[in-house]
Amino acid sequence: MTEIVLTPAPSRPPTGLSALLRAFNANKASWIGLVIVILVVLAAIFAPLLAPHDPLEQDILDRLKPPTTDHLLGTDYFGRDTLSRLLYGARVSLIIGVGATLIAMALGTAIGMLAGWRGGRFDAVAMQAMDMLLAFPSLILGLIIVAMLGPSMPNIIAAIALTSIPTFARIARAPTIAMKGRDFIEAGRALGFSDTRILTRHILPNIFPEILVMATLWLANAIRTEASLAFIGLGLKPPTPTWGGMIREGFENILDSAWLAIAPGVAILIVVFALNLLGDGLRDAIDPKLRNET
Amino acid sequence: MTAFLIRRIAFAFVTLFSVLTLVFVIVRILPGDPAQLILGDQASREAIEAMHVRLGLDQPILLQYASFLGNALRGDWGVSMMTGQPVLAEVLNVLPWTIELTLVSLALGIAIGVPLGVWAAVRRNRLADYIVRIASLAGLSFPAFVSAIILLFLFAIELRWFPVISAHKGSLQAWTQSITLPAISLGLNSAAYITRVTRSAMLEVLSEDYVRTARAKGVPQRIVVWRHALRNALIPIITVAGLYLSTLIGNSVLTEIVFSRPGLGKLIVGALNQRDYTMLEGMMVIYTLAVVVVNLLSDLAYGLVDPRVKLA
Repeated sequence: MTEIVLTPAPSRPPTGLSALLRAFNANKASWIGLVIVILVVLAAIFAPLLAPHDPLEQDILDRLKPPTTDHLLGTDYFGRDTLSRLLYGARVSLIIGVGATLIAMALGTAIGMLAGWRGGRFDAVAMQAMDMLLAFPSLILGLIIVAMLGPSMPNIIAAIALTSIPTFARIARAPTIAMKGRDFIEAGRALGFSDTRILTRHILPNIFPEILVMATLWLANAIRTEASLAFIGLGLKPPTPTWGGMIREGFENILDSAWLAIAPGVAILIVVFALNLLGDGLRDAIDPKLRNET
Repeated sequence: MTAFLIRRIAFAFVTLFSVLTLVFVIVRILPGDPAQLILGDQASREAIEAMHVRLGLDQPILLQYASFLGNALRGDWGVSMMTGQPVLAEVLNVLPWTIELTLVSLALGIAIGVPLGVWAAVRRNRLADYIVRIASLAGLSFPAFVSAIILLFLFAIELRWFPVISAHKGSLQAWTQSITLPAISLGLNSAAYITRVTRSAMLEVLSEDYVRTARAKGVPQRIVVWRHALRNALIPIITVAGLYLSTLIGNSVLTEIVFSRPGLGKLIVGALNQRDYTMLEGMMVIYTLAVVVVNLLSDLAYGLVDPRVKLA
């Protein structure tokens, strides 16, 4: 008797947001990263409730104090509470980081998709421009732009965004080219759909998970760049607390009170590490080829 | 080989030209009048106009572009507005410090990163692999100046093993002492990066047929890994090391500030603080040159490592 073996149809690789959800369950490291990121976001949102002191309140009699029960992370040169400034500083880091990453993501994806879709000379010129931007050390580029525009929040966001656009353009271009020849896109064209509709409704959802993963990793980078700029002296003007600015102030007093520089340093490290953990885990899970490889 | 060389050098010139154009465009399109930036808000109209003439900003834009390109390529980058010294001389004065720091850091990164990456790839999904992966991710997450400050605090201020100001003079011992901490601080980052790239390149190569053949022939594991596999994994490693060198040059700005080390970083930050406009433009040109040269060298390195590249 012939035995009939039923084999399930090969399942299609997950696309869109379902891939992201699956990714979360596949990699425990992403979970750890996500939990830390959520905690930091909550701490930033609820900074006014959580902060034990006003971050700008000075107390000259209590300056450069080591950690005590009243000031868990000590006080700075002006007697301001380090923990409170750290909590408020998280807001600046996150707003600048998320703002810059969203702008870079939107512009870079649009440029990359258009370049891939249209091909030819537009593709060549656009990607040459992207390669040029990519070749320049991003910190130096950001530094010069902020120095010339002035260190305000929109300018810092724009400078950091500009340095991250090429990466998103590269990420978006390759899958757009690959997808251009697929049957469902041909079908869309045959039905007379406009380019805009095909790009935004049919191609974008398919490449979105990859772009989101890249955004997580670049958010980490943006936060690091903002801190670096602030450390050089190109952050938001004092007394607004920023992590990079706090490190800069702490560094000036490093001989007396090193924790002032080290506490915000560790804060940046934790956030950037958590975002990298999250992005890395997501990438492994979304791209089976890369799984456990990078 | 000659054709390959010529093609690469021609391409380097195209890149140099494009990035110089980018520098010119960035400096011109940014809002804000450079003359106003240099002279400050209180400057009189006459002073600003005089500065326009001095900087050549009163000329038509195409003429400005032509003279910018001509001067940049001839090495005439003007005179620093603060010190009165030629920009090129000031840059050449500190350039060796930055080159020395980035090269030693990169060497350190390769010396740590390649063996770690190979080790992790060979022990894929075992404990050693997980530890290396987490450690390299943590290493990548360190902003360059945070690791620098922690190293400075621990080893120069608390333990006093190294000088607080890393500007060496004279003897080899002084040199070693002053470069160690800055190089470790920058090198940790590159080691983390190179570890990850080596690991993933090795994983790909280790699953190739020729590696299986070598194993089937009874070649010892050590030779399979280090001779057969690593040699083929070198191409992506060199690509990334080359690309990373430009990041290293950028990050060296922060390291130089923390360790009070002379170099391009201190020069550019000084120029920013003093609004030394000609110096800044010159620095952008030198960074462009550095990036183009680094890319060219890593292209040439492929040719040496992989004979197939020459034919491509």
